[in-house]
Amino acid sequence: MILEMISNIFLILGAFFALTGAVGLFKFPDFFTRIHAASVTDSIATILLFSGLILRTEFDLVAVKLVFVLVFLLLTSPTASHALAKSARHGLLATSAETLSKTNKDNN
Amino acid sequence: MTELIDLVLLAMLAITAVGVIFLKDLFAVVMLFGIYSFLSALIFVNLDAVDVAFTEAAVGAGISTVLMLSTLALTGRQEKVSDHKTFMPLLIVVATGAALIYGTLDMPPFGNPDNPVHQHVALRYIQDSPQEIGLPNMVTSVLASYRGFDTLGETAVVFAAAIGVLSLLGMPKRERAAIESGLESHLVLQVVAKIIIPLIILFALYVQFHGDYGPGGGFQAGVIAAAAIILYALVFGLPVATQVLQPDLLKTLAALGVLIYAGTGVASFFLGGNFLDYNVLASNPVAGQHVGIILIELGVGITVFAAMLSIFYAFASKAERKNIQ
Repeated sequence: MILEMISNIFLILGAFFALTGAVGLFKFPDFFTRIHAASVTDSIATILLFSGLILRTEFDLVAVKLVFVLVFLLLTSPTASHALAKSARHGLLATSAETLSKTNKDNN
Repeated sequence: MTELIDLVLLAMLAITAVGVIFLKDLFAVVMLFGIYSFLSALIFVNLDAVDVAFTEAAVGAGISTVLMLSTLALTGRQEKVSDHKTFMPLLIVVATGAALIYGTLDMPPFGNPDNPVHQHVALRYIQDSPQEIGLPNMVTSVLASYRGFDTLGETAVVFAAAIGVLSLLGMPKRERAAIESGLESHLVLQVVAKIIIPLIILFALYVQFHGDYGPGGGFQAGVIAAAAIILYALVFGLPVATQVLQPDLLKTLAALGVLIYAGTGVASFFLGGNFLDYNVLASNPVAGQHVGIILIELGVGITVFAAMLSIFYAFASKAERKNIQ
């Protein structure tokens, strides 16, 4: 009963963070802030959602498999975000602040 | 509730398809194709078809995306502007679509248990396969034993696809010196890839040999194992990967898988049964079925692995050669 309550809280919080990540992806001004919003909320949402799901199992093989998936996601998704951001930087993509200061200089 | 989820997923599927039609940037189109495959996989999960969902996620979203990206590396990422008249094609598409929708009007009601599809062979599989084959995962029983001929055909199709691509593009040459990979600076990627690649291969083996008991089997396992090597090639460079798994070896492996599959059929021939009749492979029929299914799943896995990887090698080496010139 208590476990189910905690699990519910985790799941709702996880869904909330996933939603904020999606909102951030649309609202933030440039590539780097967007990827930041998506990845940071993604990792906390993953942790919360999977903890919530594990609390709902009988703590048998299913829980172990969920832990495996969680570890895999926690390894891969930050790496993917890092690779994306680094490639964008190598490809000379500028942040919105940099583009702003550049246009200001050009105008002056 | 399931209907609602289905509706949302189907709506997202339709939106993705429209996006694919209207976008001109082919890179984004490839990404949308991946999303499309994942959405279909979710729909399959919702329909309780876990095996199909697994295949769709691994093949459609995983390998096809990588193969299409390597094609883009050869062709460029902008769609060419076409000056064709769009009126006639539109007319034909509308007419065909209307005919198809008219055809569905005669279909039996969706989800009705009395439908012919549920009354034909499916009933027999569900009733008799626990005694005849004894595998917990009936999908594997149907795929590998009852429908063994069809699966042999599918494996041959994968093999033929690999042969077709190789005869068009050719394998990477072995004598070429190793070229500097552009990913030298991606230290984080390399470290994480080193941790993950053994896990992926382990998971592929689990999927391969657990296919009798849960969702999985040769197709998925082959694709997952190929994905591990493709990840290696992407992060550490193609020349290193071709040193680990040489193209000549892949050619042999692709043929070997089909040979194992057909050889199992021929073996059951010589032991007194029909082609691909596994009952005669061991002392009692059920054990024979288990031996046969494990053997042919192994054949499928090896062929799919080698075919996918050699197709990737062919595309990637072409792209690399193009980059040098």
